[in-house]
This record gives sequence, C-alpha cells and structure tokens, in this order.
Amino acid sequence: MPLLEFDGLTVDIATPRGELHAVRDVSFRIERGETLCLVGESGCGKSMTAFALMGLLPPTARRTARKFRFEGEDLDRASAARLSALRGDRMAMVFQEPMTALNPAYTIGDQLAEVHRRHKGSTRQAARERAVELMEKVGITAAAKRLGQFPHQLSGGLRQRVMISMALMCGPTLLIADEPTTALDVTIQAQILRLLVDLQRDLGIAILLITHDLGVVARTAHRVAVMYAGEIVESGTAAAVFDLPRHPYTRGLLSSIPVPGKTPPGARLGAIPGIVPSLVGELRGCAFRDRCAHASAVCAMPVAVRSERDHDWRCVLDARAVAA
Amino acid sequence: MTEISTLPLVELVGPSPRTLLHRRLLGHKGLMISVVLLTLILLVALLAPVLAPYDPYAQDLGRRLIPPVWYEKGNWAHLLGTDNLGRDYLSRTLYGARISLLIGGSVMVISGLIGTTLGLAAGYFGGRVDSLVMFVTTVRLAMPLILVALAVVATIGGSLWIVVLVLGLLKWDRFAVVMRAATQQARGLEYVAAAECVGASTLRIILGEILPNVLPHLIVVATIEAASAILLEAALSFLGLGVQPPLPSWGLMIAEAKIYMFFSFWLIAIPGTALAILVLAINMLGDGIRDVTAPAAGRA
Amino acid sequence: MLSFSLKRLGLAVLVAVAVSALAFLLLRASGDVATALAGEGARAEDIENIRRIYGLDRPLLVQYLEWIGKMLHGDFGQSLYFKTDVLELVRDKLPTTALLALFSLLFALAVSIPLGIVAAVYPNSWVDRACLGLAVVGQALPNFFFALILIMLFAVMLPILPVSGSESWSNFVLPSVALGYYVAPPFMRLARAGMIEVLASDYIRTARAKGLSGPSIVLKHALVNALVPIVALAAVQLGFLLGGSVVIETVFALDGLGYLAYQSISHLDLPVTQAIVTLLSFIYVGLTLGADLVNAWLDPRIRVG
Repeated sequence: MPLLEFDGLTVDIATPRGELHAVRDVSFRIERGETLCLVGESGCGKSMTAFALMGLLPPTARRTARKFRFEGEDLDRASAARLSALRGDRMAMVFQEPMTALNPAYTIGDQLAEVHRRHKGSTRQAARERAVELMEKVGITAAAKRLGQFPHQLSGGLRQRVMISMALMCGPTLLIADEPTTALDVTIQAQILRLLVDLQRDLGIAILLITHDLGVVARTAHRVAVMYAGEIVESGTAAAVFDLPRHPYTRGLLSSIPVPGKTPPGARLGAIPGIVPSLVGELRGCAFRDRCAHASAVCAMPVAVRSERDHDWRCVLDARAVAA
Repeated sequence: MTEISTLPLVELVGPSPRTLLHRRLLGHKGLMISVVLLTLILLVALLAPVLAPYDPYAQDLGRRLIPPVWYEKGNWAHLLGTDNLGRDYLSRTLYGARISLLIGGSVMVISGLIGTTLGLAAGYFGGRVDSLVMFVTTVRLAMPLILVALAVVATIGGSLWIVVLVLGLLKWDRFAVVMRAATQQARGLEYVAAAECVGASTLRIILGEILPNVLPHLIVVATIEAASAILLEAALSFLGLGVQPPLPSWGLMIAEAKIYMFFSFWLIAIPGTALAILVLAINMLGDGIRDVTAPAAGRA
Repeated sequence: MLSFSLKRLGLAVLVAVAVSALAFLLLRASGDVATALAGEGARAEDIENIRRIYGLDRPLLVQYLEWIGKMLHGDFGQSLYFKTDVLELVRDKLPTTALLALFSLLFALAVSIPLGIVAAVYPNSWVDRACLGLAVVGQALPNFFFALILIMLFAVMLPILPVSGSESWSNFVLPSVALGYYVAPPFMRLARAGMIEVLASDYIRTARAKGLSGPSIVLKHALVNALVPIVALAAVQLGFLLGGSVVIETVFALDGLGYLAYQSISHLDLPVTQAIVTLLSFIYVGLTLGADLVNAWLDPRIRVG
C-alpha cells in the first residue's frame, strides 16, 4: 500500500482577477522509502501541491481531492486539528529559503526541541538530546554548542541542515523538500543532496522532492512527475521518463540541458518558445498546445492519460511522431 | 490578424501611471470624503465674514447663554446659541475655523521646511551630516514640547503669531525623521546613481530626483503635523497660554465655557466637535494618500 | 551586549547634556526674564534690581555652568512662587505624574495590542475595519475635550468614579483613560501592521509546518518579532505622556508634576520650570536608552548593528 496517495487534487485560489487554478486534477502516489521528484518551471503549481498536502494553503485557497490517503488514513475530509497533529510528526517539510525559515528571536535548540515536545510530549532535556543526535546525523559539527546559538549566527548551508534535522525530529515517514538547494551555493547543493539520499537509505523515509533542476532529479529520483500549468503531464520511473520522454514538454526540458560528453560543442540547446498560459478562468484541453510544434485541433479537447508499464503521460501523440 | 503597429498604443501598453493614480485616488472613499470635507471647511473659513450672521466679537449681555436652536429655549436668531458674553456662537465657530486652519497651515509650512531640509540632507549625505542631524533631532525629541512652548509663550506673551512661530520652530522632528528615512530609500534607486554619474549638481539631484520620490511621505507627514499643530494650539489656548481672548480660537472657547459646562454643555461640545471633525478630515486625507501611494502595506 | 550598552549609554549622556543646555537657553533667552518677572508698570531700576538679585546679568554660559554645578550636587534652587526647595517640590509631585503616565501607557497597550493582533489575524474583516475606525476617531478627539466629556459623564450621569483630586487609586482611572486613549491608535496600527508582516514571513510558515497550535504561533512566534517597534514607540510615548500630562492634570486637579509645571510657568517660576523640563528630558533619554536595550535583548540581530 502506498505511503501517500493523491487522486484528483485541485487547488483553486480566489484572486481579484478571477479564480486561479493553481493545481488541476493532479494524481500521484509515493511508496515507502522512495523518492518522487516533482519537476517543473516556476509557477507550474508544484509548491502549491506540496502546501495542499501539508495543509499550508493560504486562506483564499480551496482544496478538493477525490482521494487523499496518507499512511492508510483518509485525509480528504480531515479536520484542521488532525492535519496539524500530522504536520511535523508524520510528514514534515523543508523549504527553499533557509535564511528566513528560522525564527530570529529563538535559539536553534528551542526551535528544534519545540516540535518534539509538541508531538511527543517529551521533556526539554529529552528533546534537546534528540536534537543533538539529529544534528550530528545531518553533519552539523559542534552540535551541542549550536543549541544555544541564534539563526543569524549560522551560514545558509548550516541553516538548511538545521531545517532538515528539525523536519526529522519526530521520525516522519514522509519528507517534503521544496527546492531545498536552489538558494544555496553549488558545492553546498551537492552536499545537501547527498545528505538527503543518505538519510533516505538510513532512515527509510520517503521524499517528495520539488525542483526545477533536472540535474537534481537525475541524482536523487526513483520516480519523476513532470508538472506544467498545474497538471502532471508525465510521470513514471526516472529511468523510463529520461530514456523515452513521451510528452513534448518533457522532451523540451531534457533537450535544453547540456550533457557533458554528449552535447557537441557549439550545438544549439533546445528552447521551448512561447510562455506559460494564464491559469485564471476556464481552461480546456492541453495547456501546452500553444507552444507545441506538433499540436493539432484535437489538442483543444480534454486529453486523456495514457499508460504503459508504470509510465503515464497526457498526450495524444505517438512516440514516433514526437521523435520526428 | 491585425498588424501590431496599427493597434492604438494605449491598448498595447495600458493606461499611464498618472491615469492609474487618478483612478486610485477617486476610488478611495476615505480620501474623497476628506477632500470634500476639508474643502467645505476651507470655504467656510474663507467666507466667514459673509456667512457669519453676527460680529464674533459683539457682546450682548442681555442675551447670554442662549442654547442652540434644537433646545427648548433656543431660537432661530442664534442657531448655535450664545456664550457667556452674549456673543453669537455660530459666528464665533465659523471664525474659529480660520484660526485653526491658519495655525495648521503655517506651522506645517514652517516646520516642514526646517524638517524636510534636515531630513533630505541627513538622508542624502549620510555620514557626519546624518549623525549631526540625528543628534539634534534626538535632543529636540527629548524636550517636552508642550512645556517648552508654554514657557516661551508665558515669557513673551501670547498671540496667534507667537504660537505659530514657537510651534513652527519646534515641531520639525517628525518631518526630519520621516524625510531622512524616505531619502535614504530613494538614494539607493538606480536613476539617482545615474544622475550622479552624469555629473548633475547635488541640488539638482535632490530637487529633481529625490524630492519627487519622497513626496508622498512628505504629504502624509504634513497632514499629521498640521492636525497635531491644530490640537496643540487648542491645548495651549485652553490653558490660557496660546491665542488670547477675545479671539475665537476653539480651544479658548472651550476654556471660557468650562465653568458653564454642567448647565450649558453645548458651549464646549460645539467647538470640541468642530476640532474633532477638522482633525479627522485631515487625518483621513493623510491616511488616504498613504494608502493610494503605497498600497502594499497590508491595509484594508 | 555589553559594548552595545556602553555605546548607547555614552550617546545618551551626550544628548542629556545638550538638552539641559538647550532648555536653559530657551527659557532664559526667549525674552527678557527680568522684565517679565517684574511685571507690568515696573520701573527700570526695579528691573535692574531683579536682574541682579537673580544673577540674570551675568553671561549665559556662567549662569549655565553654575546651574549645572549646583544640579549635580542636587541643588535645584528655590522656587520663586512656592518659596520652597525646588528638588523637594519636584520629588513630591513626581510620583503622581509617573503613576499617571504609567497607567495611561498600560491602558493604551492593554487596549491596542489585543485589538491590533485580532485585526491582523482577521485582516479586512469587520473586526479589522472597526478597530481602524476606532483608531481614526480616537486620534481626532482633543484630549482636554475628551477629559471634559468624561467628567460630565462621571460627575453627572454615572457618579462611580471621582473626577478631581488625587487621594486614592480611583482618582487615577479617569485621567489615565483621558491621557492614554490618544496614544492607543498608533500602538494599534503598529501592532496590526507588525503582526500582518510577521505572520506572512517564512519562519511562521515553518512554525505551521511543524504543526504548532494557532495560539502558539501567534503569541509565541509572531508577537515577539512584532514587539520591537512597539517597545521603541512605548518609550517615546511615555516621554510624551509625561510632558503631555499638563493638560490632563490641570483638568482633573491631579496634583502632579504637570500641574506644578503649569503653575510655575504661569507665575514665571524659572527654577521650577527649568528643573521640570530638565528632569523630563533626562527621563526621556533614559527611557529610549532602556527601550534600545530591551530591543537588543528581544532581537539578537540588533546587537551587531
């Protein structure tokens, strides 16, 4: 049984200009101990999906889902209190910007201990010991000293490690990482990613990794889901999607990255012409058709999901037509 | 498909920033109400000699303490009644508007000039100039304004212009602080740096680039200070150390009416309410301008 | 924290010295004190006499230094009007005014901070609009007018609180309300704006992601960060309340420093006026210094700046 199952997740946000459909009929699942990467460009709805999962949507947003199961429990009608009890305990999240994610007025130790005490009712001493244990696990040196330090005394990379250990305090089964390395230096990026992979191996946690960087996907993902304009346009095992991308958008993404050793010097990188469509108001058919070289009249109709051996995609085209 | 070049420019580019600003100004209810109210008060003050049925200084001891027309004993000859010396209250209230507006306007201008100059200099030049201005401002802030004003007036003697001068020369602190902060922000803008690169003179940069940018802040502070000056003069006159009788300053009118308060409540209610309405209108104007020029501050 | 405190202290001392000099200057140079003291119809020799008796004929700097010297020894001179030691007079009346200012501030904070928090947690709701409306109207009402209205209410219609004198605690209720209501709106706006900004910040999102309860997030995580500007404003407003108590004390016949100031100013009692102005200035400087230090303790980042 999958750890997390989502079917038909939709998030609508009320704005002055009309209703914004940030997430549209998104379905995916995550098995225990595996990493699912949610890939897409800025504004495609991947962060919103994560917020919907955690119950962190803004008050103007409305979430609906045909099915939302976590650890075998139905959560689509769960109360705010139930979600609040799960957050930080069974599922935890790490955000993109470590510099502003910690409260400047309290020590690292306080902020780490607090989540353990909230969910496990532990004593201050016990919580602090657990904090030190986890900080050492994520590679923070002089962990005991860090307890008494304030966030502004730590570097960005260190703060992100603190965030990760804070997420792991209560031993969650699912870790959601929203672009955890985007705001960090390249060398630190590699370290953090390696850390996540190691943690998964050691602790057996599942990771939902949100990113726009295909390089990150290649290094960490068991399975991939590609999002565009609020929809998942392609998903499957990383190997399948990278080997034979079915959706023109996925192909476009892959061709725009230079691969050392494969891409000939001086060759032109692929670029996808056009811009992302507005998500406000009525939307029908394939959202990518305005930018797709192979679009036809039938693409204006709702597109069904096609499947083939754990590889799903939303496109009417044949593999041959796309490769051409 | 229409050729892009034949489409009217406005459709492509959208309405100009000035048009958008005008639309926002007109759409802000508080702002419009306050503008109408203030214009009314201004007109009333200007036309007081025409509108007032009586001379505000003319005493008539045979007609003392007549209540306003909506009381039992009131009559239509004196719409707002008469005070303890038989002077028509409506006329005195109308003329009182002149005093309050005069005070508010003059003090705002004088203190505004001093404070803005200091603030612009501190914000633009930074360094020692800034430290000096901040030090002077802190010293000024440490002094209890009312007491100093009272003391100076007590020594020199009270009159409308003394009050204006004393308040104007002392009330520049908020101007200085806000203008300094706004100038520091504006200073970092790219086109200020561009102007400096081109070699524009300092004065030209300050007046041409910085000032237009800090203008909204200046207007907001000006309204706050005008309202504050009006209330301060009312308090000074109430204590007897501001405008002197027989001038119909609203604060003075309240002081004179204090002993009759329990039986002739309108004597303090009318000038008090007039003060509140004027200050309310000015504050709403300032709030409205702040909302319209900086809508991203999470305000309703 | 120590070096920060020392630096701030040094600056405070400098400001205090400058203020005392300035106050001295203003009070003595704003007109001919001797003439004013002598009154109308005084002859030239009377004025000269007065000038000599009070030492007003010496250079200002000498007068100032002499005054400072005496002040540091605790000698503020004799009151010209009350004929008693100035320091004793001031010491007598200070507690009353200090209590009034403190109660007024507490009243203002007790009303404004909860309202500001509620308005921030439910922005643009009817609660929010009501709070803002109240703030706007409150700021427009002149405080002596409001004081008189309160007196009318409680002397005539609801005689449950005393409206004059300073015998007991209940005497402070109405004056505190009359003085405090005016400073409540700025605090409410500051609390509201500060909370709105803080509640939108990333670390609050982190707190939510940790599954912390609503009150914990608002009160423990958010409020602390929104308090910094409020503490700074509180110090400034306390200073304003101390100086602005003149009107309220006079209206409610509260026998404090403000009323003393009014009396001494009306009678041109220079030593007392000077002492009060200087004392209030020093208190203000001390308060802002205290606020700076409290803020540095609340927000550790300030200690570095």
